[in-house]
Amino acid sequence: MKQLIKGNYAIAQAAVNAGCDCYFGYPITPQSEIGEYMSKKMPELKRGYVSAESELAAINMVLGACSTGVKAMTSSSSCAVALMQEALSYIASDELPAVLISVMRAGPGLGYIYPSQADYNQATIGGGNGDYKIITLAPSTVQECVDLTYKAFFLAHKYRNPVILLADGLLGQMMAPVEIGKYPYPEISNKDWALEGAKNRQSRAIFSLEPLEENLIKRIDKLFKKYKKIEENEVEFEEYQTQDAELIVVCFGSITRNVKSAVKECRKQGKKVGILRPITLWPFPSKKIEELANKTKKFLVVEMNMGQMLKDVKLAVNGQVRVEFQGKSAGQLIGVEEIVSKIERLIND
Amino acid sequence: MIEVKENKVFEIPKSIKKGAKFPFCPGCDHGVAIKLIAEVMDELGLREKTIGVSSIGCSVMLYDFLDIDCVEAPHGRALAVATGVKRAKPDNFVLTYQGDGDFASIGLAESMHAALRGEKITAICINNTTYGMTGGQGGPTTVMGQVTTTSPTGRNKEYHGYPIKIAEQIALCDGTVYATRCSLDSIPNIRKTKQAIKKAFEIQLEGLGFAFVEILATCPTNWRMSPQKAHQRVRDELFQIYPLGEFKLVNSK
Repeated sequence: MKQLIKGNYAIAQAAVNAGCDCYFGYPITPQSEIGEYMSKKMPELKRGYVSAESELAAINMVLGACSTGVKAMTSSSSCAVALMQEALSYIASDELPAVLISVMRAGPGLGYIYPSQADYNQATIGGGNGDYKIITLAPSTVQECVDLTYKAFFLAHKYRNPVILLADGLLGQMMAPVEIGKYPYPEISNKDWALEGAKNRQSRAIFSLEPLEENLIKRIDKLFKKYKKIEENEVEFEEYQTQDAELIVVCFGSITRNVKSAVKECRKQGKKVGILRPITLWPFPSKKIEELANKTKKFLVVEMNMGQMLKDVKLAVNGQVRVEFQGKSAGQLIGVEEIVSKIERLIND
Repeated sequence: MIEVKENKVFEIPKSIKKGAKFPFCPGCDHGVAIKLIAEVMDELGLREKTIGVSSIGCSVMLYDFLDIDCVEAPHGRALAVATGVKRAKPDNFVLTYQGDGDFASIGLAESMHAALRGEKITAICINNTTYGMTGGQGGPTTVMGQVTTTSPTGRNKEYHGYPIKIAEQIALCDGTVYATRCSLDSIPNIRKTKQAIKKAFEIQLEGLGFAFVEILATCPTNWRMSPQKAHQRVRDELFQIYPLGEFKLVNSK
């Protein structure tokens, strides 16, 4: 049964349904409803909940909980996700299944609570040290916020890797009718690695320190073998009318709604336009874009930022065809008419 | 025939990994502290239910010595990590092992808030008044006038501020059940330290709240002293600034 619900509450409910055992959080707009919901629900269900003293503490509590194999998550936004970067690097090296809900606001610095998409780089490249990667899922609707929260927990445990659900203030604050069903994925066993006390087995340690160079090399090689497997198996995207498209718009997240309206409008006018929407920002659908670059004439990347996913699209296109950009700073929405006129200009150009 | 009666005076604790090699500098007190923890773990039968949290500094390699499940925390975050462990697995015994810099400088917020929440965790902090692993820089407990590689003319308030009295501060937190300061400078004090560790372990087992043991320890390498002189410094200088004793003990069962 569908219910009318705000994006942040939908994410929180989905996390509870996914069997999230522990939630640790610190307030920041525009995601505070997630922590508020969890502060009531988790104790009711006798699951772990702590109002952390900072985002640093929250993500490290997640690290600790995940080391015991349970499902744990935190939620935050932009300037506060910046504080979590150190721990994310440790969590990636430790190979722990942490889930982070990142509801973007406008930056840089404190910026403001406008629904920006300017943390694409923060999520996909990251600000932690060393060679590591984080699976990043980008919902474009409130329903997808639910579906991808489920997927975040599944992938985190399947690959023992941190996963970021990259939503934005628009999705977090928007109410929509959604279906919040049962967690659709199988449970993954953690028996061979989780810490629960060295009873009837050898003691285990989860750490990132590797004083011996050969061990550090081995560790990173192992990580990148896993990353290759993720890139081969987990790329997800939505393709819309790309079959005969002479221009393909590439966009992610909430702005897709306006892009879709614009593309529909252009199709009505007989213009051959399509959409490629990456759902996994890492692994990025580079192969798909490379393939489309062989068929189409131009790409237009639309983002609510100054051009972050743009470089990944350019890398995938690799100079085969033109790649144009339309973006706005500070969380300004890009209107349907603006996108339509940009498409018209590019097609006639 | 003479009957030989065995009189065992020393045994490596079972909670120490077989064949573990301690890489600490000659005269360093870390080895003694870890051995005491292992002995108490043996006595209370805790090895199989413990999840240890190591921190950054000379304390990081805890998992190389203790034969227990262990997770490494980023610098200063041991008590946040330990909170996550304990909340996920309340039936396990959770221990942090940290240095003064980790516990009381970069990690002061995490340490105090774990105490304020009364986390059912035992925290052990080795206070050697310096950052040992990085080569003897001044830390939060470096005493006024102490010469370090970052206080070449001695600690002064202008550049380094005043040192923190950790056990006294932790005792002020309402969730703290036990806060004490011990020393490893002499046999009697080593025995007292072991008793304190045991008390701090039992408090967690009884589920009473946060238990904290600060241990004054030497860093002969970075203090540029012989082990004997370093222990003399603990007695002559540190005892005046960091007095030994219990600062808080809420009535246990």
